[in-house]
Amino acid sequence: MEIAVCIKQVPDTTEVRINPETNTLIREGVPSIVNPFDENAVEEALRLREKHGGKVTVITMGPPQAVEALKQCIAMGVDEAYLVSDRAFAGSDTWATSYTLAQTLKKLGNFDLIFCGKQAIDGDTAQVGPGIAEWLNLPQATFAVKVEVEGAKAKVERMLEEENEVIEIPLPCLITVVKQINEPRLPSLKGLMKAKKAEIKTLSAAEVEADPLITGLKGSPTRVRKIFAPPQKGGGEMLAGSVDEMVTALVGKLKEQKVI
Amino acid sequence: MDYLLTEEQVMVRDLARKVAREKILPARAELDEKEEFPWEIMKVLGESDLCGLWIPEKFGGFGQSVMAFCLATEEISRVCGGVGVTFAATGLGGAPILLFGSDEQKQKYLPDLASGKKLAAFGLTEANAGSDAAGMETTARKEGDYFIINGTKQWITNGGEAETYSVIAITDKTKGPRGATAFIIEKGTPGFTFGKKEKKMGIRASATRELVFTDCKVHKSQTLGKEGMGFIVAMRTLDMTRPGIAAQAVGIAQGALDEAIKYTKQRVQFGKPIITIQAVQHMLANMATEVEAARALTYALARSIDAGGKDYTKESSMAKLFASDVAMRVTVDAVQLLGGYGYMREYPVEKMMRDAKITQIYEGTNQIQRNQIGLSLIKESNQKE
Repeated sequence: MEIAVCIKQVPDTTEVRINPETNTLIREGVPSIVNPFDENAVEEALRLREKHGGKVTVITMGPPQAVEALKQCIAMGVDEAYLVSDRAFAGSDTWATSYTLAQTLKKLGNFDLIFCGKQAIDGDTAQVGPGIAEWLNLPQATFAVKVEVEGAKAKVERMLEEENEVIEIPLPCLITVVKQINEPRLPSLKGLMKAKKAEIKTLSAAEVEADPLITGLKGSPTRVRKIFAPPQKGGGEMLAGSVDEMVTALVGKLKEQKVI
Repeated sequence: MDYLLTEEQVMVRDLARKVAREKILPARAELDEKEEFPWEIMKVLGESDLCGLWIPEKFGGFGQSVMAFCLATEEISRVCGGVGVTFAATGLGGAPILLFGSDEQKQKYLPDLASGKKLAAFGLTEANAGSDAAGMETTARKEGDYFIINGTKQWITNGGEAETYSVIAITDKTKGPRGATAFIIEKGTPGFTFGKKEKKMGIRASATRELVFTDCKVHKSQTLGKEGMGFIVAMRTLDMTRPGIAAQAVGIAQGALDEAIKYTKQRVQFGKPIITIQAVQHMLANMATEVEAARALTYALARSIDAGGKDYTKESSMAKLFASDVAMRVTVDAVQLLGGYGYMREYPVEKMMRDAKITQIYEGTNQIQRNQIGLSLIKESNQKE
């Protein structure tokens, strides 16, 4: 089985602080990691390979330093890694990014399964995975918590807000995964050695035959108006006393606030 | 101190640290409380190739390096001494095969130990043969192509959990020290059973059991080295694995020092963090200095062995002796610095203190190590004359 996993290198948000004046992330000195949900996607791909055989290819679009994220995946055990990198991709929103990744997947060949994390922990849009499926005109299953491949179809359990839903989906397809699906493995020493020596292939905009009108800032319809940290919720006030006293106090306060 | 580790050694250390922090740290208190064997963690250590650090690549390992083995043992023990000894003891059980096994035996047993699929254990100690191995009562009687083994080994780390056992038994009592032989005995061999799991003061995640042999029939092909070489196998094995105990002790001590620094920075008394008090700083300074000295001696020994240094019995004893005494002192001081909190099981330092004690006792008590060092001093001075 040919499996592709699309990953993103993100800042380690457990280490991120927000500049209170500009309300933007302080990125300086923050280590980069593989987006945690994408690690789950890689793990799921590796498990399916172990069960069904085949090959796992991992792809990322990003600046040259994103090679480190790909090497981390090689250390986990993936077979091949591609970096899609070009100045022309700078400023891509989810529309342009999903298009570029879809073009890359088309270029690289026929995949039976494409995995993505459900969303990236920096942008949190959850749009790129579904976007890729649309560009490739493939069926998709989002928020997967369980994936079983049987012949030419997959049984996917999707984690929804209130309940889980089990669906059947024909291959090839795209699946995005939640963190409950598995526990990503740690790298092995042999994997780390392999990653150290690995030469990551880089693909340019021309090589993936990306349409300049749909790539980079120019190809991105999204405009960010403002980024801000929502104000913290207050602690609230606990009323004490007998029921009657508390009710009286509560009604008084509601009137005071002109709620009633 | 910057020990100028190679790129590969840094990789080993960082990976062991990652496994320790992500997998062992969240589990250690419960493993200690319940005296539970850390199978899940051993599986992760195996999958990450760390179990094969002391095994040559030819046999599925990562290149036979005592230094790398010490780095990993230290990082694991820094978080949990119980997991640390479980990890190190499989090296102890496998070392006789590495040192004295035939190519065939190595091919048969080492790859599974390297992958962590199986664990190993070493059976030397008996109820009446601790420091004095001459008191050994387990016998191996020759009968055609087989040896019939009878007797009981005591306090065997990984006993019952391991699949592969290196066991020393007396093949000819009349020959004294030349009358013992080493065998590889597999779990499941008829006549080979286990005693109850011991309840211990520390390293409680590790399993310690008796190995009981009752007319256990072992084929002569399972002999390690030549018949009569049993004590040489045991001594050479312990010389090679003592750096591992030293590294375990360094790790436990470093873990306690880490906790002591963290706590004294946070703990406010008399209006300031207690780390600003000179009496506290002096205690921490002594602890840190001793830990660094123990580490330096351990690494120097490990590097000497890896570089092909010969006859390191004395230095091996010195490293084990010094590092384990340091681990005891430093963990006691860490408990002292944490005061009442240190005495509570909610904080990890009392466990570290319990874990440290065994390092002064097993693989030769520190008194035996001093005897060994004394003996070496006499030998060396006689050679000079």
